[in-house]
Amino acid sequence: MTDTLPATRSDSDVGATPAPTGSSRRIARLDRETTLMLIVPPVLVLLVFAGYVLWRQTADLDGTELRQLRWSTVITLIWEHVRLTFVSSALVVAIAVPLGVLLTRGRFRRLSPLVVGVANIGQAAPSLGLIVLLAIWLGFGFWTAVLALTLYGLLPVLRNTITGLQGVDPTLVEAGRGIGMSSAAVLFRVELPLAVPVIMAGVRTALVLVVGTATLATFINGGGLGDILQTGISLFRFSLMIAGAVLVALLALLIEWLGRVLELLTRPKGL
Amino acid sequence: MSTTPERTGSADTSISGAEIVLDNVVKRYPGQKTTAVDSLSLTIPAGEIVMFVGPSGCGKTTSLKMINRLIEPTSGTIRIDGEDVLTQSENDLRRRIGYVIQGGSLFPHMSVAKNIAIVPKLLGWDSSRITKRTDELLELVGLDPSRYRDRYPRELSGGQQQRVGVARGLAADPPVVLMDEPFGAVDPITRQRLQDELLSIQRELHKTIVCVTHDIDEAIKLGDRILILQDGAQIAQYDTPEVILGAPAGEFVEDFVGSGSALKQLSLTRISEIALRTPTTATVGERTDDVRRRAESNGDMAVIVLDGRGRPCGWPWLRQLTGEKLVEPTEELINLDHRATLNDALDTMLSSSHGAAVVTGDRDQYLGVVDFRSVTEHIRMLEEQAARD
Repeated sequence: MTDTLPATRSDSDVGATPAPTGSSRRIARLDRETTLMLIVPPVLVLLVFAGYVLWRQTADLDGTELRQLRWSTVITLIWEHVRLTFVSSALVVAIAVPLGVLLTRGRFRRLSPLVVGVANIGQAAPSLGLIVLLAIWLGFGFWTAVLALTLYGLLPVLRNTITGLQGVDPTLVEAGRGIGMSSAAVLFRVELPLAVPVIMAGVRTALVLVVGTATLATFINGGGLGDILQTGISLFRFSLMIAGAVLVALLALLIEWLGRVLELLTRPKGL
Repeated sequence: MSTTPERTGSADTSISGAEIVLDNVVKRYPGQKTTAVDSLSLTIPAGEIVMFVGPSGCGKTTSLKMINRLIEPTSGTIRIDGEDVLTQSENDLRRRIGYVIQGGSLFPHMSVAKNIAIVPKLLGWDSSRITKRTDELLELVGLDPSRYRDRYPRELSGGQQQRVGVARGLAADPPVVLMDEPFGAVDPITRQRLQDELLSIQRELHKTIVCVTHDIDEAIKLGDRILILQDGAQIAQYDTPEVILGAPAGEFVEDFVGSGSALKQLSLTRISEIALRTPTTATVGERTDDVRRRAESNGDMAVIVLDGRGRPCGWPWLRQLTGEKLVEPTEELINLDHRATLNDALDTMLSSSHGAAVVTGDRDQYLGVVDFRSVTEHIRMLEEQAARD
């Protein structure tokens, strides 16, 4: 055999020894940038959060501020915010991925520009306007906020699902059909796995959009860290405004980081 | 010239292939004036390799894909082993027809073993049978199972990927294998190896293989029969390579086969059919002085160095021999398999500083050397034969 192995890969010459297992390989394959993006955000979040805790324990706060920044209140608000983010993002994935799959199949393909256009409007509309309009129509509360956030986060996942599926090499699809896989088998075992990296990049974008926008849920009584900000603005308390902004930013950073980890974990081996 | 063994192999009793019959097959695409395939009728005998060649757009790939219904014929019937393909479900049909595509078209997120196991899994084989079959196939295509089964396609070279592609096509032991430009994406030397291996696999398995290519030399080398198509999949000629080279039916075939059919005949002769020269050989570890003396007494300027297991590993000139004992040369030696054609041999010789090429047999054992003289002698013999006819 004259074929030579690609020399760029360090583990090409494993010889007869079994290849290293997937996880160690995957870690070994991380480049510098990815490694930095995995380590830096959580460290930064921890440092800034430590700073916040220090400030909170030592600052001279009046009664209103103390009430708003009480630990039990803050933890409840964070929990509400996280819940808003995750429920909306889960709905986004549950709607956008199947919709994206449908829009790349046969006769539905023609509808894809139309649907992407509608989703574009959903995102282009001012988020506050969208939330308030929906609240007037459906009433205030958690689920209206979730609906607004879902509409808002739909586009990146939908668009990436379509792009990801369209990006799958058509000869691979034909190969799958040609060796006797049903079209469903080709979709679930070839197309979707190969599109996962692109879809997950969309999911991360959606997570970031949603976690930021969830701050507005407070205006329609949907809860979340927006409460602190809103109180700060209406009572003109700088400490509350800054504390709220810092907490939202930290949560957003953490969720973005989580998205990256998810992207890495769901990436199929061999790509 | 005697018929080569592999060309009579199809008469063997152990044929596992099935006959394919195309009867008035038409493919017309809506909105197009000309028919892609216009009434093609053809019988592909069981256990033979039939090559579809023709200019691009002649309908050869369309014709191939109608056999496994990746393209549905507009009219006409296709029967495999007497059974009409249109009466079977597409998926069942395709699971019984091997399909090999250019570059292998392996699924990049599945390991080599998983790629090969797809069809057996679809057919519901149990896992121990699948594992056994996968290893067996990897052996068959010349890849060490323990080393390659868990690799991913991107960790393989192009030639290795193509080998796995062939293994995947043979996975469920289908009687019919369709190949669409299987070796189009690899370099010439690898292509030649893969072709030789396909021939040796076919000697063992006797499948019915239908293979599309645009390379007439490949068609001559691999085909028991060649189907030359022109626009609309009209048959220009359908016959054995010998007849097509010796008696091309009309101008189109002549043009397509090209000039120098004596040269093309070289693709019909295997190295194993001509006499090899046997220059001085030496084994790694021998004393250099002894080797030099032996070579000089034979009148050789270079020696072929064999490793401990009789495989050639270098061909240094005497002046390059330094040191007390013979060491394994670092320069890579390009060997020719004895199943390669004289055409391949010429190719390799031209790129060698010796004007000759080292020939190896099974498991890369050294056999001898083929040089220009032996090839020209063979051409002269062919010409004399042609003049007598």
